[in-house]
Amino acid sequence: MRHLSTKATCNSHGQDSSYFLGWEEYEKNPYDEVQNPKGIIQMGLAENQLSFDLLESWLEKNPEPAGFKRDGKSIFRELALFQDYHGLPAFKKALVEFMAEIRGNRVSFDPNHMVLTAGATSANETLMFCLAEPGEAFLLPTPYYPGFDRDLKWRTEVEIVPIHCTSSNDFQITETALEAAYHEAQQRNLRVKGVLVTNPSNPLGTTLSRSELNLLISFITTKGIHLISDEIYSGTVFSSPGFVSVMEVLKDRNCDKTEVWDRVHIVYSLSKDLGLPGFRVGAIYSNDDVVVATATKMSSFGLVSSQTQYLLSALLSDKKFTKNYISENQKRLKKRQNMLVMGLERAGISCLKSNAGLFCWVNMRHLLRSDTFEAEMELWKKIVYDVRLNISPGSSCHCTEPGWFRVCFANMTEETLDLAIKRLKDFVVEHTANGHSKSNNSSKNSKRKFLLKWVLRLSSRDRDQEPDER
Amino acid sequence: MTRTRLFRSRSSEEKEEEEEQHYSKHNITTSTGMRVIVPLQGVVQGRGGLFLGSVIPCALFYFFQLYLKRHRSQPNPPPPQPPPENSGGQLAEVSVSVLPRSLSRVHLSPRSPGGPAYVSGRANSIVKGGDSPHDVGLRKALEDPYHQSGNPDGVIQLGLADNKLSLDLVGEWLAKNAIFGEELSIGGIASYQPFDGLMELKVAVAGFMSQVMKKSVFFNPSQIILTAGATPAIEMLSFCLADTGNAFLVPTPYYPCFDRDVKWRTGVEIIPVPCRSADNFSLSLTALDRAFNQAKKRGTKVRGIIISNPSNPMGSLLDRETLYRLLDFAREKNIHIVSNELFAGSTHGNEEFVSMAEIIDLEDLDRNRVHIVYGLSKDLSLPGFRVGIIYSFNDNVLAAAKKLTRFSSISALSQRLLVFMLSDSNFIQQFIEINRERLRRMYIKFVAGLKQLGIECIKSHGGFYCWADMRGYIPSYSEKGELELWDKLLNMAKVNVTPGSCCHCIEPGWFRFCFTTLTEKDIPVVMDRIRKITETCKSHS
Repeated sequence: MRHLSTKATCNSHGQDSSYFLGWEEYEKNPYDEVQNPKGIIQMGLAENQLSFDLLESWLEKNPEPAGFKRDGKSIFRELALFQDYHGLPAFKKALVEFMAEIRGNRVSFDPNHMVLTAGATSANETLMFCLAEPGEAFLLPTPYYPGFDRDLKWRTEVEIVPIHCTSSNDFQITETALEAAYHEAQQRNLRVKGVLVTNPSNPLGTTLSRSELNLLISFITTKGIHLISDEIYSGTVFSSPGFVSVMEVLKDRNCDKTEVWDRVHIVYSLSKDLGLPGFRVGAIYSNDDVVVATATKMSSFGLVSSQTQYLLSALLSDKKFTKNYISENQKRLKKRQNMLVMGLERAGISCLKSNAGLFCWVNMRHLLRSDTFEAEMELWKKIVYDVRLNISPGSSCHCTEPGWFRVCFANMTEETLDLAIKRLKDFVVEHTANGHSKSNNSSKNSKRKFLLKWVLRLSSRDRDQEPDER
Repeated sequence: MTRTRLFRSRSSEEKEEEEEQHYSKHNITTSTGMRVIVPLQGVVQGRGGLFLGSVIPCALFYFFQLYLKRHRSQPNPPPPQPPPENSGGQLAEVSVSVLPRSLSRVHLSPRSPGGPAYVSGRANSIVKGGDSPHDVGLRKALEDPYHQSGNPDGVIQLGLADNKLSLDLVGEWLAKNAIFGEELSIGGIASYQPFDGLMELKVAVAGFMSQVMKKSVFFNPSQIILTAGATPAIEMLSFCLADTGNAFLVPTPYYPCFDRDVKWRTGVEIIPVPCRSADNFSLSLTALDRAFNQAKKRGTKVRGIIISNPSNPMGSLLDRETLYRLLDFAREKNIHIVSNELFAGSTHGNEEFVSMAEIIDLEDLDRNRVHIVYGLSKDLSLPGFRVGIIYSFNDNVLAAAKKLTRFSSISALSQRLLVFMLSDSNFIQQFIEINRERLRRMYIKFVAGLKQLGIECIKSHGGFYCWADMRGYIPSYSEKGELELWDKLLNMAKVNVTPGSCCHCIEPGWFRFCFTTLTEKDIPVVMDRIRKITETCKSHS
């Protein structure tokens, strides 16, 4: 019949999962300082609202770009008709320079190798379409952004095979884990096309170390596959060790103009670093001309509005502004992250040591009834309904260890964050007093069945929440 | 007996129904030859009645796939030339560079650990495909654009549907109203918005669509999905309504980029339904029916029809009766209808535009199979802002499309501006009327100019194109002849037009001219240049 395609009716878009509950509950009962002080505080949305005032003041001082003017003349006509999928040259130039600045100008980028897309979501999907056939696979280190299950797999029919990382080494990528993942893919008869990493990581909030990057480059060289480095949080690195881009490491290894140079691709966006997710600005950077050519044509399916390109080209060309913005933004993020980390510590909760991102990777394993994902779900539901905080459970990020949660800190005021920490602290106190937390010698073995069952069920169901959760 | 059967199978493609009946009347004999041939014929005619009729194609397919896997080639293209510099002006989609059509291929086993990782088939198709005349023409016009005073010998762009006739009106409105302040601030819109568009914009767009269609239909904002242009809207519907390997019926000639929008990443097929000059290229339901049946025999599942109304490239309107008959056809075959109504507000003739939504409005039947694609690129002259619309009566389609909009969302900055603009209904009303008037004037002048050269056009009532009959000027009645004329027009006369073969027209010699990128003063220049070519062609034929 008129029934829809398999893609339209399948579950791969991941928005029917039970974790949608958190978002639904938030929508029904959103916290408002004045109107609804007992509502649910949104801590599952990775949005940067801390430096908005800087943007607004720039716009006030520079009204011309928003008014379609340049040097007093109207350029509306050009912009209204501009739908060239090569993008506005001035904007691409300003964007590559901004990207270079974030990397301390240790690397430079060529605007001709950049393709603009409507957001990083579109960029990631487009790269999949360019690099892989249906049924092929990419390796991703866990935990990873839940949206990847939808963005990388849904329409492209590409598979994701996880590279399991554990807390024993702070979730760093190891050679063993890489090889194991590759092997698993082969067992499943999946052809591996590449590795995709997020650097800085979502949800961990940590930057990849030089050794990890070197390991990755050696791995893709040996296997002859691609590497995609999703660097959308690169401007949010607020403390040491600093941000090292994969391009830097390639340069240090003198890999330019070698084969592996063409197989490394970067995804960028202004949604996190500039706090402008509503503007839908993403980019693919690749040294491979075929990938650039194909991605350029595919960008027709998601071009960036010419008005937006023009406005942002003016903004990003103002070097004084960008320099100040980058450093001020990082300062504010650091302060805010510190606030959350200290607050959680006072509640007896530790976080993974992080130096970037808009969130913390929080360890609540000691609050679990048992070391299972079932218990994690129980705890999560309590936090959403009783504590009234919407945070993201680790299982939605495919974490192999239960008990980890991603908590965002940059999408609310300081007062709200304070309140959230207080609520959590009260909950922990009550929780521990009631003796609900698991003892150290819980019977892991007897729960192994549950664990396996849940891991299988959860990993076969894509988790995601509405709207975008990055 | 054998000969007769073979003859029958050869001609079965030409006269299906008659042959079917004819075949079924004859008994299957028991000779050995028949035991082999009959199942094979069954295979050819798509009938799997016999066990062998299903096993043989499966086995062949399996071995073929195995063969392909073993001998998968590794195309290794030489680096293409860098793309031409943009002057940042009136541009359209241009392919990146001239990529060589034949490439040296390196055969590598895909499983060798040291072998290079190659890109996907979709990427390779870009490399191997080279440039269509459509792309080449657009690029040449971009590199050397005509300007009345600045570059009078440049290439005149008649291959791209940009409406420059009424941009001044929008520009004036912006100059008066787009002062950076409340309406244009970024407060509240910089953060994540619903991917399928702001509700205020949906309301404004619903109102605009209604105004544009002379208030004959009321559009419900909650049935609207906003996308970054009509291009992703078409692709999204293709993803939602069809699986890989399914097909849509599309009357030809059609908009050249449907091949990309409907087929490229989706793996969905287009089955062209030829329309002929004898019928003024109007849609024939018989042809539609025949195409449907042929597809069915081949085992291809048809999921819907894609019509464009006003059509591109002819500019003709579908009347009420045809729309009803289309709906009947869709109901009978149990398929969808996608109605691309991108030029609905750009009608300039005397005929009335009837939207598919109007047909459905009156009768509540089969609302679930109708989906409309619209956008602001043509009717409001704002292709740069990327605003496309899917309007559907099917809740499941709306739900699925909504989820897909995360890949093609409109910038909130532009959404806010457009809410503001579209809400000024006085301005919009004025704009629509003046724009129509200017389109009409330009169309009349342009067609008259062509007529003086002896070139007739199909009568068009909407859109930005003339569909011109240049069969008298092509050196041979073939696609090759048509492309030779196209080449002369582009490289000698320096006028970029779209040859009918790009639109999959089955009759060579038809060309698509866009008249909205010109001013009235440019028309004599264009006609002059075309005359030089037609005179030389006439003298040769």
